[in-house]
Formats: sequence, C-alpha cells, structure tokens
Amino acid sequence: MNSALFFDISAGAYIAGMVFYVIYLAFRNKTTGMVATSVTIFGFFSQSTAFLIRWVNSYYYWTASNPLSGFIESLLRAAPLRNLYESLVFFVWSLILIHLIIEFMYKNRSLGAFVTPLAALALLFINVSGTSQEIQPLIPALQSNWLLFHVLLSFLGYAAFGVSFGAAVAYLAMVTESRREKPYIFWSIIVGIFLIVLIAMSIDFLSITVAQRKEFIQNYFLKATLRSSSGGIVATSWVVSIAFIFIVWRFGLGIKKILTSLSITPGMLDEITYKSIAIGFPLFTIGGLIMGAIWANSAWGKYWTWDPKETWSLITWFVYALYIHARFVAGWRGKKVAILAVVGFVAVIFTYLGVNLVLSGLHAYGSA
Amino acid sequence: MEEKAKKDMFDKVWSFFASVRLAIFILITLALTSIIGTIVEQQAEPAKNIALLAKFFGDSTAPTVYNIFVKFGFMDMYHSWWFVGLLVLFSINLIICTLERFPKTLRLVRSPLKPLRENAIKSLPIKKEITIKTNLKKAKDETLNSLSASKYRVFESNEENSVQLYSQKGSYTRFGLYIVHISIILIFIGAIIGLQFGFKGFLNIPEGNSYSFAILNTGPLTKAERFEKGRILDTFEVFKSDITLVANRLGLPVDVLHAKMEKYGIRPLGFSIKCNWYNTEYYSGTDTPQEFQSELVIIENGREVIKKVIEVNHPLTYKGITFYQSSYGMVPNAVGVFVLKTTDKNGVEDTLRLRRGESFIIPGSTLKGTITNFSTALARDKQTGALTTYSETMVNPAVAIEFDSPDMEKFTGWILKRYPETGILPGGSKITFEDYWGVEYTGLQVAKDPGVVLIYIASVMMTIGLYAAFFMSHKKIWIRLTPETSGKAHSVRVSVGGSASKNRLAFEREIERIVSRVSHALEGKHPSKK
Ligand code: HEM
Repeated sequence: MNSALFFDISAGAYIAGMVFYVIYLAFRNKTTGMVATSVTIFGFFSQSTAFLIRWVNSYYYWTASNPLSGFIESLLRAAPLRNLYESLVFFVWSLILIHLIIEFMYKNRSLGAFVTPLAALALLFINVSGTSQEIQPLIPALQSNWLLFHVLLSFLGYAAFGVSFGAAVAYLAMVTESRREKPYIFWSIIVGIFLIVLIAMSIDFLSITVAQRKEFIQNYFLKATLRSSSGGIVATSWVVSIAFIFIVWRFGLGIKKILTSLSITPGMLDEITYKSIAIGFPLFTIGGLIMGAIWANSAWGKYWTWDPKETWSLITWFVYALYIHARFVAGWRGKKVAILAVVGFVAVIFTYLGVNLVLSGLHAYGSA
Repeated sequence: MEEKAKKDMFDKVWSFFASVRLAIFILITLALTSIIGTIVEQQAEPAKNIALLAKFFGDSTAPTVYNIFVKFGFMDMYHSWWFVGLLVLFSINLIICTLERFPKTLRLVRSPLKPLRENAIKSLPIKKEITIKTNLKKAKDETLNSLSASKYRVFESNEENSVQLYSQKGSYTRFGLYIVHISIILIFIGAIIGLQFGFKGFLNIPEGNSYSFAILNTGPLTKAERFEKGRILDTFEVFKSDITLVANRLGLPVDVLHAKMEKYGIRPLGFSIKCNWYNTEYYSGTDTPQEFQSELVIIENGREVIKKVIEVNHPLTYKGITFYQSSYGMVPNAVGVFVLKTTDKNGVEDTLRLRRGESFIIPGSTLKGTITNFSTALARDKQTGALTTYSETMVNPAVAIEFDSPDMEKFTGWILKRYPETGILPGGSKITFEDYWGVEYTGLQVAKDPGVVLIYIASVMMTIGLYAAFFMSHKKIWIRLTPETSGKAHSVRVSVGGSASKNRLAFEREIERIVSRVSHALEGKHPSKK
C-alpha cells in the first residue's frame, strides 16, 4: 500500500481546516467551526494512517537489506523519522495533535486559525523543498536509537513550541491597543513575514518544474519572487511584501475585536502559551540537547562541537529558559514574555531550517 | 564599623550574583553572541572568512573587518576569553542563586502542614463544597478512606464542632529546579574534566598494522618538525609504547622526548591497537554505504586482550580510551593480498591468498588462473563500452584473472566482489572475490574523556529534575467536615480547599474524584455538579 494517498488527503484536509478556521474566526459561525474541527480530525486520522503505512513499508525495506536484524531493532530503524521530509511530516502531525488536545481541553477552537497556518506552511515547505519522499536506505551514522528518540522528542517539542507561538501571537494581537505600540508593530511584522513566505513558497511551488523540485531547496527557495534572478521581479516582490506587511499592520487591530467576540481571553492565551512551553521545554531539553549530545558522542566521540546546528539549538534553549525565568522568577508578565515566546519559535525555525538554508548558503563560496 | 562596611560590601556582591536580573542579562547575551560563531566559520582558514566578510562589507574593507574580528576572538569565539568568561559568570550566578534559595525551599518542604481556618480554606485557589446526609463519624471515615486511596497521608485536627483533615503530597518536587540547576553545573564540570584530563585524537591504521599511540591535532609544523615527528612515530612502531627505549634509540633524554611528543600531538596509549581488516558494506546493488566496519584488536604486553568489530555508533572502549569508526581510505601505493575462495564442482571450498601476478590451479580442473589486474570500482562506460574505474575507493572492487588451459584459448575475466555470479566458470567450479586485503586503512577517532560519565549523570539528573519541575506538583489539600442539623435531618458539610504548585486543572480533577468517592460511598450516588 502507498502512504502518499493518505498523506495527500491529510494535507488537503489541513489546508481546508485552515480555511475553515479562519472563516470561523472572521464570521463566528458555529457550523463553520465544527466543520473546521471535523476536517482537521479527519486529516489527522488520514495522516496517522499514512504514517503507519510508511512505517510498515520501511520496515520491509529495512529487513530486506538487513535480514539478521531483530524485530524490535528493525521496527526502530524503520521509524519514519529519518530525513528532512519525514521529520517535517511528523512535525505537522504533532502540531495538529497538540492543537486538537488544546482545542478539546479549552473548548475553544479559535486557536486553530493561528496553528493550522503553521501546519500549512510546513506542508508547503515539504512540497517545495524537494526532499526525497522515497524510502531511503539508512546511512551508518543514522542507525542509532539515540538518534531516533532525539528526533522524536525534538519534534514533539517543536510542535509544542509551535502552538505556543500561535497562542503568543494571538495574545499580542489581543492586548495591543494602538498601531504605534512596539509590541503591535512586532507581531504585525512577524505575521506579515510568515504570510509572505507562505505566499512566496506557493508561487515557488506553482512555478517550478518537477525536475527542479528534485534539486536541493537552496537552489530555488523563493527564487520565483524575492530571490529571483531578474532584478525587476526582486524589486517588485520586495515592494509587494512591504505593502503586504503594511496592510497587516494597518488592519491588524480588527483581529482583536474578533478574538474578543469569540470569548477568548488574553489570560487563556497566556496560559496556553505557558503550558505549551512547559511541555516543549523539557521535551526539547531531553530530546533535542541531551539525546543529540549522547548520539554525537556514541557516533563521533564528541558530545558537543559548537557546530551551527548545535549552537542554534542552544540559542533556542536559552530563549525558552529566558521565558521561564522571566515569567516565573523575575515576574515579567504580558507582552514582554509573549514576545519571548514568539522569538523562541523563530529560533526553532532557524535551528531546523535556517541553519541548512541560510548559513550553509553563506558558506557556499563562489555560488552566491 | 569596618566590619560592617565589609559585610555590606559582601552583601552587595552576593545579591548582585544572586539576582535573576543578572541571569536574564546573561541568557540574552549568550543567546545573541552565540549567533556570531554560527555565521563566521570557526577555526577556519583566514581566506574563507575574508571571502565571507566580503559579501557583507565589500572586498576592500573585508580584511580590516577580519582583523578586528580576530581581535575579538570571533574566529574561535566559543573558546575566547570573553565567551568563557560569560559562561563562568553564568555558573557563579547559578550557584549563588541556588544557594540563596535552597534553604527557603528546604524549610518549606520540611515544615509540617497546618490546619487552616474556615476563611483561609475558602480563599484557596481550588475549592469545593458539598453537603452529605450522614453523621460526622461516617463522613470522617469515608473521607479518610478516600484520601488514603489517593495516597495521601492524612493529619487530623479537631475543632469545636468540626473536624479538619489535611494532607500534602509531592513536596519534594520543589527540589526539581535545583536538580536542574545543579545538573547544569555538573555539565560544566564534566566539560572541564574532559578538557583537562582527556584528549581527542585520530589514528589511521592500515589493514594488518598496529599502533600504540594516537595523534592529536596540533598547530602548523615546519618541514623539519614534520620530519622529526615522523621519526619519532617510526621509532614508536618499533618499540611500541616503551618510552625509554624510544628515547634511547633517538638519543634524547626522556623528558625532552615527552616535550616533543606533546608538541607534535603524539599521545601514547599504553597498549597497541591493530586493525585486522576494514570493510565498507553497501546496500545491495548500490553505492550507498550500509555499514563501515573494522575489526580491531587490543594488544597489551604482547597479548591479545580484546577483539571487536566496530561500526559507526558502536565503538570500542579499552582503559577509558574509545575508538570510533570515523573514516577510511586507500593507503597510497600499497600492495595487498587478493583473498579468493574457490569452490569446485563438488562444493569443496578453499581459500587462497595471492599477490598480483601469482597463479593458481582451479581445483578439479586443468584451468590455471593468474591475477593480472585490479580495479577499485569497475564499471562499463555507457558511451564507449570500455571498462573504467569510477572511484578511487573500493566501492565496487573487481579482480581480473587470466585463465589458461591446455585445451582452451587464453581468456581474461573480471570477477566482481559485489556480483558473485561473475565468478562462475565453465565446468561448474566457482571463484569468489572476497577481499583485496592490505590496501585500505581504517580512520579512527580516538577519544579519552573522563568527564563524559559526569555529563551522563547530569543528563539523567536534568531529565528527572525537569520532569519534577514541569510535570509534577506539590499538592496540598484541606477538608473540613462540619455537622449541620436542620430539623431532624443530620447532614455534614464537606468543604474542600487545595493548592497546587503546578497544573491546577489536574489537581481540581483529583479533588473532584476524592469528593465524589466520599459522597458515592455515603449516599450511593455521585454528587450533583455545581
Ligand atoms: C539555561 C539554564 C537554566 C535552566 C535550564 C534553568 C531551569 C529552571 C527550571 C526548570 C526552573 C523551574 C521553573 C518553574 O518552576 O516553572 C527554574 C527556576 C529558577 N531558576 Fe533556573 N535555570 C537556568 C538558569 C538559571 C540561572 C542562571 C539562574 C540564576 C539566577 C536561575 C535561577 C532560577 C530561580 C531563582 C528559579 C526559581 C526558584 C523558585 O521558584 O524559588 N536559573 N530554573
């Protein structure tokens, strides 16, 4: 059986879910909200099926070339968490899982409008990134249980941070009163940038050929717009982007009214932000930092080498440690800590994608 | 007077280092400055970073900016004085902050729980109240039952006409954050121990060779120094780890030899390590490596102590020194031995070890084979159809054998290791190309890090501490039972109050369960929802 069909169905469902959540947020129609939730749950089951099928398939793939490997070992080696593609898929799955749990716990579905776009962004990224979707043989360094748990826990942590990001943005949107306020400017720019990347990636997706999609993402990421080879397109894209951010800034105050009328309170959002960080921080510390270090030590004899990826995960960790202490020990409240939660997730994205996309690009001499 | 001034001074310094504001400042600074080292490449050739800086500052200013960056230690910033200084400050902050708060927490955990007055119970964050038709004795017994079923050790206090039962659970979870903080300090200590008493080196051992030292990275060496280093290494190979003999042979005093070894990064192991063979396993039919393996033997005092096949993720450790499979390659100009397995018509096997040019007789036949050629990676060029070697490493090794027989014309066949069917001969016998031994070396990372144990202990502590700090909570519960009479009916008012250091929602549900157990037992139904 092929997992791709179920995965495509779930991707479609999540994107539909996003649209319904946003419509629900805009028009506050109860039926629309129920549709949004149902579609998202349906997508979640479909993706879970896809995940299991892929696991079974890669189990057979692994045992075919490792006939001596025992059942448990084969199962662990076959866990579909082994490359960029699979980890992003798992990120989306965890994000939706955590979102659904919160939706049921707090009996309020408005957060969906802030979390599902993240899932959509990741899905788009999966499609645009051109990472191979085939089951691949596992190279020797990756044949480690530590690595498996490292990826598993890190991504659950990332997903929890993703939810805290959504809640923190919503919180900032609710508590800022004027367009001149710095926190207002901050959140409107962040949301603007996210939406621009979402749109620019969609344009990439529509304009690149299948052959290009097989290349490494650095070669065409945002090449249709902001990084185009034609100066005219670049200039236009920048102008449009800035105009877009301006629009978000100009009309962003409306979100506050909508959220208020949905009986969402800033206190609730603040609590969701904190709770997701309280889940994400231990997961990320144990899975991301500790297990990553143990894996590196068992594979290379060095648990810490200050390479950019490690350093960025440490930076992410500092930011969230900062959040925890600022909030619980120094008594920071409200906007200041919400901004930290947003910054934390930006660091997460940079740790996972930016290091490969931006920094390795910087170090590719003679190409740029 | 002076005493007091001193004490004031001390208090000032102490509270400066104990302050969380300092912690916040340090965390922000660490996060921001760490970014620099992920942008400029660390410990790289100057030319690389100058080229990088030119992208931001232009070609003409880049070298100047580079020099300024070097002054700030940005090119090796995680080891620069100011970054290390920040980490030291961070540790001091953490230690003092922890010392400052710990006694308070200890007191809090140790102090017994006290009964509360009615008003105080009512003002707790979690509260619940129901009235049950029963008498005080029964109500008390059931409440005790219910609390102990939830694993609470209950205390009791009798007041004028009411009874108060109270208890707490998980007070030790308040230590979670201290465990986390201490584990961070332990990680620093572990890292320092590793730097101080450990080493990281490498060793490339050709198949069949053995060494008794590891090579550490050193600064650049002059030609004469490289020559001398080579001479010391060669002498070591003769005398193994016997430093006195090596020093004698080189005509150097032992301490001079030690100093030179330090300078050239020669680290004696105290035993010898031999590589029996190295092998890359490929996924069948592809050039994708499946496993890198070496068989290593530890030899001490001339005796074999350990023999183990190592792989990536499965190193070998002996006497605190660990050998990791990290690379491999071809030994330049090496002449190896071809290991061939012959199988005759009847299935009788034989293993042959031959050099290039040597001949052998295929058992059970008159066929004479001579090894004439070898390719590390044989392929047929798609366009010309000619045979080519597509890689310098042994990706797809093949041996050419010339066959000669009185009743046949001479012919040459290539036998590929990856495709055993290429070795099937007319007449039913078979030759399998097992290995071309002695031409590859295994690249080992050699590390001794006595600090790792501490790092692992700290990791376990941090895991436990984080779990306690975020997923467990200190829960306190007070239940006050007051008998009430209205007319003839006797009833008991059950007022519950509670507080939890974390996750209030879960505790609310627990209290709900405890109360409903009581009312269920006494009235046979669940309390109506309020
Ligand atoms: C990145 C390193 C650090 C980590 C991972 C860390 C971790 C934690 C954790 C998990 C908590 C418990 C939070 C909670 O209960 O919600 C905590 C609390 C605390 N931390 Fe840290 N911490 C770090 C650095 C520091 C530093 C440098 C200081 C120095 C001032 C500090 C001071 C405190 C204090 C005062 C508390 C609260 C204690 C209390 O509630 O009485 N932490 N920390």
